[in-house]
Amino acid sequence: MLVFNIVLVLMIIGAIIAMEIKDLLSSVIALGAVGMGLSLQFLLLKAPDLAITQLVVEILVLVILIRATIGRNIEKEYPKNKFRYLISGLIFLILFLWFGIKALNDLPKFGSALMNMGSRYIAEAKDKTSAVNVVSAIILDFRGYDTLGEVTILFASVLGVLSVLRMTKVKKRIDK
Amino acid sequence: MTVYFLCFMLFGIGIYCILAKANIVKKIIGFGISEYAINLFFILLGYRVKSEAPILVKDGSAVNFVDPLPQALILTSIVIGLGITALMVALAIRLYEKYGTFDISKMRSLKG
Repeated sequence: MLVFNIVLVLMIIGAIIAMEIKDLLSSVIALGAVGMGLSLQFLLLKAPDLAITQLVVEILVLVILIRATIGRNIEKEYPKNKFRYLISGLIFLILFLWFGIKALNDLPKFGSALMNMGSRYIAEAKDKTSAVNVVSAIILDFRGYDTLGEVTILFASVLGVLSVLRMTKVKKRIDK
Repeated sequence: MTVYFLCFMLFGIGIYCILAKANIVKKIIGFGISEYAINLFFILLGYRVKSEAPILVKDGSAVNFVDPLPQALILTSIVIGLGITALMVALAIRLYEKYGTFDISKMRSLKG
């Protein structure tokens, strides 16, 4: 139990560094460190598929964000009205924690999941789908329509990126 | 229970980063942090003590697994998060090319 807390505290420290550091590139790399901590956490929580996916996605996000920040002139943020945001953020955090405590009383304690649906999936995965990995049996067979929606959203976002970034090229060509 | 509160703290840091920072890249980073916190919370809910990853072994005895359903759903959520981040970064690059800055308070035309 202690090791989850330690990794989460390290992730929180990394998140605070990513939030407060002035240099944008260092901030992006600190976000990468948080993502790697999350991948380690998934591995400790017995979710190896998620750990692998998180690792790959984290590297891709790092590449995309570095592409956005590198070469741009990085200007210093000057402090303005920080106090107001700090107060509103603290109020939000206190309210959120309070409602969180209220909600956590109804949930099972950490380390004892209910598994109303999960035990049925585990029992039926081998016979119905003949897949050894229960997670891939769920995403590809029991909940195949969810995966179809996921792929649709991913395709739509790629189309969005292409259409947003392609406009600049067309405009530059007109400028010439 | 401490794990849940640390997870909530991570989410709060992400929300504060979205609210308080003027830089668009910092806002994207805050979005990513809060997304990590939500993903981690669902996996924490499905964890069981002294259990194995949900992969069936050869003799077929399903002994004591963690909950596979949150893992399958969060696997979808991680990939969708990649798409959202890519779209936000593309918009940020486009805004930088139009206004010459990442600072959202200097983009005059956005103020209604």
